[in-house]
Amino acid sequence: MNVPYIVSLAYQYADNLAFLLLAALGLMIILGVIDVINLAHGELIMLGAYTTTLAYHRAHLPLPACVLLSFIGVGAFGMFLERTVIRRFYRDKLGALVATWGISLLLSQGMLLFLGPSLIAVPLPEWTLSYAGYSFGGYRLLLFGASILVVLLAWWIFYRTKFGVRTRATMQNPAMAQALGVDTRRIYLYTFAAGSALAGLTGGLYAPTTTIVPLMGTTFVDVAFITVVVGGGANPILGALTSSALLASISAPLSSVFGTFMGRIGLLLTALVIIRFLPRGLSGYFQDLQRRRMAGARS
Amino acid sequence: MRGPLGIFSRVGGRQDLGRGAAFWVAFAIVALGLVAFPLFGSAFYLSNLANFFVYVPMGLGLCLLWGYGGILSFGQAAFFGISGYVYGIVAQNLSLTPGASLLGVAAAILATVIVAALFGYFVFYGQVSAWIIPLLTLVLSLILETFMAQTAGYQWRIGHVLLGGYNGMTGIPSIQVGPLEFGGASIALYLLTVIAMLLGYLGLRLLVNSHFGYVVVGVRDDVERTRMLGYNVARMQVTVFALAAGLAGLSGVLYVSWGNYINPSSMGLYAATLPVIWTAVGGRSSLIAVTLSTVALKWLADSLAVRGGEYAFLIMGALLLATMLFFPAGIVVSLNRLWRRARRQAP
Repeated sequence: MNVPYIVSLAYQYADNLAFLLLAALGLMIILGVIDVINLAHGELIMLGAYTTTLAYHRAHLPLPACVLLSFIGVGAFGMFLERTVIRRFYRDKLGALVATWGISLLLSQGMLLFLGPSLIAVPLPEWTLSYAGYSFGGYRLLLFGASILVVLLAWWIFYRTKFGVRTRATMQNPAMAQALGVDTRRIYLYTFAAGSALAGLTGGLYAPTTTIVPLMGTTFVDVAFITVVVGGGANPILGALTSSALLASISAPLSSVFGTFMGRIGLLLTALVIIRFLPRGLSGYFQDLQRRRMAGARS
Repeated sequence: MRGPLGIFSRVGGRQDLGRGAAFWVAFAIVALGLVAFPLFGSAFYLSNLANFFVYVPMGLGLCLLWGYGGILSFGQAAFFGISGYVYGIVAQNLSLTPGASLLGVAAAILATVIVAALFGYFVFYGQVSAWIIPLLTLVLSLILETFMAQTAGYQWRIGHVLLGGYNGMTGIPSIQVGPLEFGGASIALYLLTVIAMLLGYLGLRLLVNSHFGYVVVGVRDDVERTRMLGYNVARMQVTVFALAAGLAGLSGVLYVSWGNYINPSSMGLYAATLPVIWTAVGGRSSLIAVTLSTVALKWLADSLAVRGGEYAFLIMGALLLATMLFFPAGIVVSLNRLWRRARRQAP
């Protein structure tokens, strides 16, 4: 165990963490606030990647502008979906899951028919850092930075703005929030749009690193689903952060030694064990701990 | 109702559509027609029909699990695939031994039930929220597909059987009992699929109308209440999940006996979706509706696939979304309600 090796492990950990965090955060925020699982999340990521790729090649925009366009464009599309479909399923949560699955099929197959089997990817910005014989992709580090920034931004909105207060009130008790004058339908609309926008952002950010195909969403959602299951919906930001921190510590070593596939298997097994003991996920567990502590302080 | 006739009143019980004499007469006519069909139909039609009927047990399993048990699962395709592969490995390795294929069937279905029970143990004993099961079963299907897809090459073999990677496992022998071979275009396999379909339907209908079935529905409607009444909810859910998986396993075995071949995409994203589409579109609260929709939609998908698979899934996705938006109870079930209402209003 020498220092460069540890640095390289930390790099891989950060890379895994960023991927899990960015893939799952949008899904988790929608689950936490609306209590709905959006199975089309992967296809929203795919739309983000397509938007960035097309904007880069056809409109010749710089990459950051393309990613911003994905963020806004997919967010707007999410708003449209909430208005037309999701809204009808707030009383039937499994129904929402199945309906969004229909949307996901329509989007991926529609994209296949519309733009063909693949697009030429955006070239990966070639920044590399070298340290003691290891070389690190600068863009990967940037993705890690972006994931941390996104979490901080989400935290700020949740805990430091009026909108965040209303959202948390809606999460805790929708009927009470409504009685106190919170327009919960509007909160749901904006939350779904924000979750979709995060999917678009993820797609845009990862567009230079993957092949751009209509089915690319699945490579994001299988890990995103596990992250969501392990994190739980009780507190989306804390859940996403702790769950991806835990899961990255499992998938990073496993996939660097045995390959990506074993990393995925490790994640699935971890998820099964976690829900056996913490059915509401890590954030549910933390919430219970906090409640117990408060109850203890009162008595 | 006790006694030897009790079983009849139970099969015709309240937990499904289609009660009364008219339904059973129609059912008997259709069943007899299906059994007698080999007298008129050509081998081509028999083989095609058998291919549609093969999937009915898998669809019925999901109907029981989701419609009656309230548990949505994308795992049916995974269990279908596990069963197909296990059958292929056992039957092909022992191909010289008499009775090998029956051993293969037993091993395949046992393997799916064991995997499902293990998976179910972790999921249901934790008392997780309803949305976790579809997510984890979907991940299970995707992971199994990825795993099987990379098993190309000579190092991936069990006994002398190659797993075959993305190209799939070939040369799987059909089920054989004595001199009778249940191959793809045979009358024997056709009749076997018809029997599996009819017995699957009747058996499940008996099950959902039994005490056990009512408890399953009780769990769907109110988990806490059923638990307070003293039932072991988790054990109940694991049992139903494993039973549904076993039915998917039956479909898997019949499928490889029909096609002598299985590949990883039988567990992939779209394969995992299909049972959910059949169940949702037909009407998950009714076994007969799902039986009909499974056959009809399998036929539709195959006819569409001739014109390019993209359209098939586009149309399936649209059908699923439209059903969820406009007929959330399913198309067959909604039509039945409309018809009953019309008949009640008629003088």
